[in-house]
Order: sequence, then C-alpha cells, then structure tokens
Amino acid sequence: MVLDVQWAIAWLTLSAKAMTEHREELIELDRAIGDSDHGENMDRGFQAVVAKLAETPPETPGAALKLAAMALMSKVGGAAGPLYGTAYLRAATSMGDATELDGGALATALEAARDGIVARGKAELGDKTMVDAWSPAVEAAQAAAVDGPGPVLRAAAEAAAAGAVATDPLVARKGRASYLGERSAGHRDPGAASTALLLKAAADAAGETLPESPE
Amino acid sequence: MTVSLVVVSHSSKIASGAVDLAAQMAPNVVLAAAGGTDDERIGTSLEKVMAALDEALARSAGDGVVVLTDLGSAVMTAESALEFSSTPEQILLADAPLIEGLVAAAVAAESGEPRDAVKAAAEAAGAAWAGTAVGVGNGDGVTGAGTVPEGPLETGEFELINPMGMHARPAAKIAGGLSSLDAYVTVNGVDGTSIMALMALAVRQGGTLRVEARGADAERAVRYVGGLVARGFGEIQAQ
Repeated sequence: MVLDVQWAIAWLTLSAKAMTEHREELIELDRAIGDSDHGENMDRGFQAVVAKLAETPPETPGAALKLAAMALMSKVGGAAGPLYGTAYLRAATSMGDATELDGGALATALEAARDGIVARGKAELGDKTMVDAWSPAVEAAQAAAVDGPGPVLRAAAEAAAAGAVATDPLVARKGRASYLGERSAGHRDPGAASTALLLKAAADAAGETLPESPE
Repeated sequence: MTVSLVVVSHSSKIASGAVDLAAQMAPNVVLAAAGGTDDERIGTSLEKVMAALDEALARSAGDGVVVLTDLGSAVMTAESALEFSSTPEQILLADAPLIEGLVAAAVAAESGEPRDAVKAAAEAAGAAWAGTAVGVGNGDGVTGAGTVPEGPLETGEFELINPMGMHARPAAKIAGGLSSLDAYVTVNGVDGTSIMALMALAVRQGGTLRVEARGADAERAVRYVGGLVARGFGEIQAQ
C-alpha cells in the first residue's frame, strides 16, 4: 500500500463514515461526562471535510490534511474543532509537499499531530483526554516505523483503541469532564474514543485489517 | 490610529453585546465580534475569527490587534487563527475575563496605548475585579505587598473639578501615565495602574483623590496625577 493523496482522501472519507456510524455512541459517552455534543459536532465537522475535498481536490496528503484542519476548526464548534484541527494542521506541516509517505514520515506526522493537541489543549497523559489515545498511538507508530507505513497505521490504531479503553477508570483533569471530579471515573473519554475511530479509519484506508477492538 | 480589538465568544449575542458595551467608552476603536458558529449555534468558528482578525488588522493601520476570549475552546480557536495568520506578531491574546478585560482594553486603546499596554490593561482588569491587584508600579502584573519599594512616602490630595468626575478616560490617563513610572502608587487605596480599579472608585466632581506613592518616581507620580486633575483631564474647555 502506497500512502499517497488517495490514501489521505480515503482516510478522511472513512473518518466521516465512522463519525456518522458512531455518532450516537459518542453522544452517549459525552452525555455521561461532558455536554453530549461530541458525536454531533464530529459528524458535522467531517461532513464539511468531505464536502471540501470534493470542492477542491488536494494533490498531496499534506494538502488533504490541511484542508481537513480548516474545515474542522470552522465547523465542529466545540473544543474538538481546534484540537483536531491543530492535529491535522501540524501533521500536514510535517508532511510538507511529499506525494508519498514512508513509515518514518508517517510516524513523525502522527507525533506532530499529538504535539499540536498537547500544545493547544495543555492536557497531559493520564488527564482522561484524547491525548491518552494519541500518545500510545505515537509510541507504537515510532516503534513500527522501520516496518513501513502499513504496520505503522495498524500499530497506531491498535494502541489508540487500547488507550481509549484505558481512560475508563481515570478521573478527568481537563475539559468539561474535569468539573465532575471523581464522578468522571467509570466512563470512557469521548475524545479518546473518537481518536481511536479516526486512527482505525487511517488503517482501514490502507487496507490494514485490525482485530476486534478491545472493550 | 489605535489598536483594534476582537471579541471571540461561544455566543454571537455575547460577542456583539460586549462590542456594543465597549464601543460606548471607545468610539474611535475598531471592535470586531466573532461569536458563535457559522450557522449561529453556540460554539466558535475559525472562519469567523479569521474574518474578524482580518478586518481588525486592516483597520488598525499597523497598530495591531488584541483578542479577548470567553471559555476554553474560544481561546483554542483564537490560538489556531494565530497559527494561520500571516502576521501573528501583530496579534496579542489577552488572558482576561471577557467583559472587564474588554472594557479596560477598549479604554486603553482609545487613549492611544500600544498593543502590549492594551493587553496588560485587559489582564490587570481581571485581577482588579478579583480583588487581588495589590499593584506594582510598572503595571507588569499582580504581586504581593512585599514589592512596595523602600523610600519616603509621597502623598497628595486633589479635588476633581471636571464635571463627570472619575470615569473610563480619566482612569485610563492616570493608569497609563503611572504605568510608565518607577513607583508604587495607590489612589484612594487602590492600584493606580489599574483602569478598572480606578473606575470602580466612582469619585464624582468635588470628590478627592488621595495619592500615595513610594519609589524612585514617587514625587513625579503624585505631580502627574495632580496635573491631570488640575487640567480636568482635558475635559474642560479653555476659558
């Protein structure tokens, strides 16, 4: 599998599909510890991404992600907009004008995305946020970088899914859920859950099949 | 020209209402509202923020823009807009409560302060309302009482002769001038470099300002306030 602009477009298109399919699930997760708009916001944001892709077809993976960043920051509305928008923007900057990505470039782009989220949201590992899915994904991606882009995507997706599950017992220290204090424990973080879905879409777009996600 | 201001809020009503409020005190300052999402829901939109920034920058003639925000993701959207901007060095984000910060920033901009001073005025406003501003003479933030410099206490008492008494513009003139002096100054017990604290004194015509100052420029500080009061803050027509 070559990771070119077609892969990037497929990733974003499958992301939109996943956000629509898991919309109610994300709403339910967010209802428990947030303001229950995450599913709706992500769905709307990614529909806007798909519309933009059709309107102005990008020519490189980086251009595709930059376009997605703009659309997400303008259409999501909630905190996920600037967070995911920054992630995609930093990843796009890291990819530059490259027309194809190897394992190393992909792992570096994922790291840049994670660093963007941390810089924007000021959350640390263990705060029960999307960082808890992104950080293990980045580490797994870096470890798999020498094996090529397919294994990087697969490793990142698996680690993100496990990271999302691991937020269940955590007490939130950032975002709306942090107002709940101890009562936030026992619920999965919606941002970590959507991150797992988005990174699974990235692997799916490259034809990497994943085992059933852990529950 | 003056520094322009941009208000980023989750609600378009809050953003436009805040702009209306500030415009009353700062008729010559460009105020741009970026509230709500593109389809007028609660939330923030990068496109709206970037459009407001572009307008504000274009009309600031190089003096730049200070941005006031409300809740968390408004801050993040404003930061993201900076990341897209071609002139980020002309834009400052103020870490201040929206309304109090905006009013203080608007008054500071109206009196011709540069953008870093406008930002500082907004940030000092939050501390003043929280009752924590003990005040440090150069206006660079909030510090404890331990920072009062050594030296003799200079004092002065001045009766306000301007008809409107203490309000936003006199407060801005006092705070602006005192900020540039090396002195710890209080006016009727509040931080003399805080526009909001001075406004909150609400001293009327005929009322008295008691200035107490310590530090190298203490005497100048007292004379400065005395001079402003004697000239009626420039609000009295020459005879």
